Parts: sequence; C-alpha cells; structure tokens
Amino acid sequence: MRIVIGQGSCGIAAGAEKVRKALLNTDINAESISITGCIGMCYLEPIVDIYDDDNKLTRLVKVSEADAPAVAAYIKTGDKTMIEKLIVTDEDSEFLSKQTRIALRNCGIINPENIEAYIEKDGYTALKKCLCDMTPEEVIEVIKTSGLAGRGGAGFPTWFKWNAARQSQGEEKYLICNADEGDPGAFMDRAVIESDPHNLIEGMLIGAYAIGASHAVVYVRAEYPLAIKRLTNAIAQAQEKGIIGENIFGTDFSCDFMIKAGAGAFVCGEETALIESLEGHRGMPRLKPPFPAQSGFWRKPSNINNVETFANVAWIINNGGEAFAAMGTEGSKGTKVFAVTGKVKRSGLVEIPMGKTLRDVIFDIGGGMKTDKEFKAVQMGGPSGGCIPASLIDTVIDYKALGATGAIMGSGGMVVMDESTCMVGMAKFFLDFTAKESCGKCIHCRIGTKRMLEMLERITKGKGKEGDIELLEELCYSIKDGALCGLGQTAPNPVLTTIKYFRDEYEAHIRDKKCPAGECSDLIEYSIEADKCRGCTLCAKNCPVGAISGTVRNPHIIDTDKCIKCGKCFTVCKFGAVKKA
Amino acid sequence: MEKTTVDLSLLSDVLNEYAAVKGSLITILQHTQEIYGYLPKEAIELISDQTGIAASEIIGVATFYTQFRFEPVGKYLIMLCQGTACHVNSSELILETIKDELHIEDGETTEDGLFSLKCVACLGCCSLSPVMMINENTYGSLTPEKTKKILKELREAAV
Ligand SMILES: Cc1cc2nc3c(=O)[nH]c(=O)nc-3n(C[C@H](O)[C@H](O)[C@H](O)COP(=O)(O)O)c2cc1C
Ligand code: FES
Repeated sequence: MRIVIGQGSCGIAAGAEKVRKALLNTDINAESISITGCIGMCYLEPIVDIYDDDNKLTRLVKVSEADAPAVAAYIKTGDKTMIEKLIVTDEDSEFLSKQTRIALRNCGIINPENIEAYIEKDGYTALKKCLCDMTPEEVIEVIKTSGLAGRGGAGFPTWFKWNAARQSQGEEKYLICNADEGDPGAFMDRAVIESDPHNLIEGMLIGAYAIGASHAVVYVRAEYPLAIKRLTNAIAQAQEKGIIGENIFGTDFSCDFMIKAGAGAFVCGEETALIESLEGHRGMPRLKPPFPAQSGFWRKPSNINNVETFANVAWIINNGGEAFAAMGTEGSKGTKVFAVTGKVKRSGLVEIPMGKTLRDVIFDIGGGMKTDKEFKAVQMGGPSGGCIPASLIDTVIDYKALGATGAIMGSGGMVVMDESTCMVGMAKFFLDFTAKESCGKCIHCRIGTKRMLEMLERITKGKGKEGDIELLEELCYSIKDGALCGLGQTAPNPVLTTIKYFRDEYEAHIRDKKCPAGECSDLIEYSIEADKCRGCTLCAKNCPVGAISGTVRNPHIIDTDKCIKCGKCFTVCKFGAVKKA
Repeated sequence: MEKTTVDLSLLSDVLNEYAAVKGSLITILQHTQEIYGYLPKEAIELISDQTGIAASEIIGVATFYTQFRFEPVGKYLIMLCQGTACHVNSSELILETIKDELHIEDGETTEDGLFSLKCVACLGCCSLSPVMMINENTYGSLTPEKTKKILKELREAAV
C-alpha cells in the first residue's frame, strides 16, 4: 500500500502539506506515505492517491486535515464507505483519461525529489542511448523527424536551432533552458520542474550533447521557489550519480549544470534579454543578428529552449521521432501542454495532441464554464497573444490555425472568460502589463504602449471619442513594425484581436458610455430590485460610504450620487437583489 | 539622525563566494536582499567595492528588476497576484479588501511595520486564482472574507 500526496505549488497552497502532516499523525505506516508533484487536476487539490498492493489506484480529492482519520481507517479496514465522498468521480477522472501525456508523463506519478523514482521510469536511458550509441548528428536527425517545435511561444523547429548551434564555431558552447515562464496565467513549466525535474535535466543534457555544449544553464523565474528547490536537489542527485559532470556514462561527454534565478522582469523571457540578465545586467534585448547560436551567453554559441521543449526530448529519443510525428497536424507535431484557467470548471494542466480543437480542451476536458454565464472568449499567448471568441471555438490547435485568428499558440496559457469579462478591460489589462514591463530601450515600445494604455483607460472611463478605435489600430501597426524585440512587436496583439472580434464592445464604451460586460466601474450603476430585496441590511452594513438606506425587512435603496461603485453590495447580497447595469 | 544598523559582516560569505565570479551581480543582490530584507545603501557600496562594479550600475540593475527594493519591508510581505487568471477571477476585489483593511497602497508598508503589499504578475497557482503569497505561504481561492480572516490571524499571531 502506498499513499501519495500531490505536492506541487498548487497542492501545497490548497493545503496538501497540512494533509500530509495529519496523515503522518495517524497510525498509517509513515514509510508508506510519500509525495508526488502536480497531478494537473489543480481544481481538486489537495489530492491523495492510494495505490494498493496491485498498484491499483484510489484517488481521493479535496482532502482536508479533518479527513485524515477516515483515510487511516480505510487503509486499515479496506472499507470504502468511510471515504466514499472523497473518491474522485468518473467525470472528473476523464479530465486525465482524455489527455495524452508526453511532457507531463511522470508528473503526479513519481516522487520528484527522488532520482530513483525517475530511473525506474526508464529515466536517463535516452541520454545513455544518445551518448553511447548515437552521434550528435543522429540525435538532431531524430529531433528533425519528430517535428518538435519550440514550446516557448514562437514554435521554431528545435532541430534547426540545434543544428545551427552545432555548426557554429567555438569550443565553448552553452545550452540554456528558458524557465522564465512570463505569461501571467501559465504554469506548465513550473509544473514540469516541480514534478519531474530529471526529465528536464535529461532533455537538456541530450541537447547539450547534440550541439556540443559543456555548460547547461537554467534560468528560472524568482516567483517559483519550490521549482528552484526541487531542481537544485535533482541536479545534486544527478551529479552524485555521475550523470552530470565529467565523462558522463564513461563517454568523453562532460557537462556542468547551473541554475540562475530571475529577478522579476517579463522581458527576460526574450532570449537575448535573458542572456543579458544571465550576465548580471539589466535585461535589455540585443539586436539580432547575431543570433545566440553564433554569439550568445558570454558571446559564445548558445542555444535556448523552453522547459516543455526539453521535456519532450527523452521521450522522442526512446520512442523514435516517427512516434512523435504521428501525433498532430501537418504543421504541428506531438502534444502541447496548456494551463487552463479562468472561468472554466475544471482548471489545471491539459496535455493533448496537436490537432484537437479549443472546444475539446475547454468543454470536453475542461467541463465548460464554472459560472452560469456563457463562454465568451479564450485568451492564448498572454501579453503577446490574443483573445479568440466563442464563434471560433472549433479552431484546431495548430501553430498556423491559431495564428490565423490573430492570437498565437503561445507557451500554453489558456485563460477562459465568460460574459462578465470586459474585452476592452482585458486589452487594458495587458497593455498595463506590457507598458510596465517594457524595458525602455526602443521608443515604439516604451512610448507606444503607454499611449495605447492611456487611450484604453480613457475608453473604459467613458471618455472615449469617435476615431479612437482607428487611432488605436494605427498605433498597433506602427508598434508592431517599429519595436526592437518580440515584447513590443507582439504587445498590440491583445488590442488588435479584441478590436477584431469585439468591436461592438469598444463602440458601446465610446458611443453609449456603457460596458456591456458590466465590469468597467465608471460605466455601471448599481440599484436594488425591490421585489428581490429581503431587507437583511447586509448591503447597508457593508457600504463604505453609507450610500444605502432602508429599514429591516424592507427594500433598501442606493443613493447613486453617493455611490462610489465599489460593488461591495453586489458581492455581499445573498438574494441577487443588487443589479449592475 | 540616520543611524546605520546594517551589519555588513553578514555579507562576507556571499561576497567571498561570488564577488570574483563574473556575471554574479544579480545573484549577489538576491542574497543581500535575503539577508537584510532589502538592499541597504551600505551593502550596495560594499558590493561595489568588492566587485569593482560601479554603484550606479548596481542601482541600474537593481531598479530594472521588480524583485529588488531599497526600503525594509514589514514582517509579512503580501504578494498579491494580478496575473491574467487572477484578474479574470476578480483579484481586484482582493486588492481593494487588503487596501481597506491595512490602509496601504501597492508598494507600501503599514505603520506598525507588520504588513507590506506588493502586486505581482502570476505566482503560478492560477488554478486557485485569485492567489496571494505571504512570506513562504500561498493562499488560493481568495474571497474578501477569507482575505480578511487571513490578515486577522496573522496580525494576532504577531503579537
Ligand atoms: C517578451 C517575450 C517573452 C518571452 N517569454 C518567454 C518565456 O517566459 N518562456 C519561454 O520559454 N520563452 C519565452 N519567450 C520566447 C523566447 O524568446 C524563445 O523564443 C524561446 O525560449 C525559445 O525556446 P523554444 O524554441 O524551445 O520555444 C519570450 C519571448 C518574448 C519576445
Ligand atoms: S494569474 Fe494569478 S497565480 Fe497565475
């Protein structure tokens, strides 16, 4: 019998560590209790997996400390009635069974803090195969056959980058992993590092061998302390086993490993800015060319890939490039991991073959909306991406098809929105982000994003003018053309896609001074529906400015002159009597 | 009246390890902030002396990254997520609640030195949005009520 507690950051935040401690306090044999990383069903955390002696799984979800005695009793007696209410439903199990997991294959299954657990799952056999039986060129050839493309956003063929770095002259080369995961709303890379750090290390070592690098570096964002801790631990274990270091597996391939923590700057996800940051400077992008493959870290040939890209590599080597290429579409091969969040019912990590549709992810696996409102749009690609409207829900997950909508595949963030999200507000949200994160090196990005933000702020305050939409569009195109790096070149995407698909919403803000989603506080008014109000006084008690009057058990009234539109009455009312319009 | 209480000897291990390693400035600053809770002016001067990097350049680097601060923070550092998923799930309400409860704005510290507030973009726990992190602990699925309760408990624990 094994009891395994899901301990990714999400699980811990939901209380998994408390549950583990509570279980340790019962009479369950402490040695049978262990941890795993992120199972991906974040909406059901904390999760406790019980494997019986035949390795058959009973999964308990939303477990709390108070459930520990019942779990212990079940383990002792085998009587399932005690834990019936905790057992995952068939419907929820489908969240996982409908996925195809390659990059995440070990996540939520093995103990991320133990190298033996990874080795048991054929860990490091791909590396051994590469080092002992394959030339670097052959490795690159397999990756080429697989069709693996960069998962960091741009989708550039991985073999091509590896080959360029391989061909590049210079005895000292660097292999760098981009774990900056800057898209706010995405956590695929965090999950991989926290849950299966050796898979990343193995993929990187194979990459290092392929390009001829003797140094591997991981740049992790500072907001991921647990990922840094687990990766540090994994590196130490691999060093101890001689998998990192000199003469790996007795061959003449040697590679050292280093982690660098980022310090909070979105632009450092851009590869040349990342290199500047690695060197200890302000993270300002360099002009390309020269590309990192020719002149990167310390001006040496360098290759940078995303975490998820590397997480596929060992699997591809072991299963063959053809097996990977057999999944997906003409132009997009293999699987892709998405972090599905927002208003979706089942929020978590979803890995599916390319070629599935957005509907498959959001409705079939994600279970649709968690509210009683209609699905409105999905945001993909974060600040560099765009909003795809409900009418395009059958868009196929493929670099080209998604690009055609004006959004991008991105790194995997999928933020689902319902009718209560204002699309102008969404554009403003992203521009606020990019304006703050612009490094300031080029004028188009530094000033252009600021001007766009100002216009969007005006529009959401009801101060928009005729011609604003056209002006915004014009600005968008000149920023796209003029900006130095990817940050500025893609910053207009959230604005362009929302104008393209939700122009009427912009017009409602500008012409009618209305926010159809009811989100822009300057454009809404609160009132109380007398027939629904029970006179419970809760709203009046919570109003910070005393704008609500009324007596117990009688309908209350909001004084709109006094009202500051904070929305407190709307959130506290238990009878849905407060109306927002 | 500025009296320095910065014990620079605490930095010697860090500087011994990294001062001569090129490209380590950010790492040194991170360790410095871990030790003091912020980047004291005296420490920056010492780092400049030992690494040979001009103080102006160090400040240039430190101000570029949101992680670094030049003022001490409260006992509890609240990092409130304003990422996309949290935004869609009304993190704005949580921000208002914290501001109301503590009477501070983003980037400020309460007068009693207990709480500092910092808005960040994504803590990677988007499935539990809205999310905040206070020191080492992450709190998810926040509501205004839950937030108030957490702050109250921390305030009580501090006395
Ligand atoms: C502003 C900006 C931010 C980026 N952020 C990330 C990031 O957080 N993670 C990432 O892997 N790639 C990011 N990228 C893409 C990288 O520049 C680079 O293309 C990628 O790491 C290459 O790896 P891949 O080929 O495996 O995708 C970003 C690009 C830009 C322009
Ligand atoms: S968006 Fe808030 S934790 Fe990711």
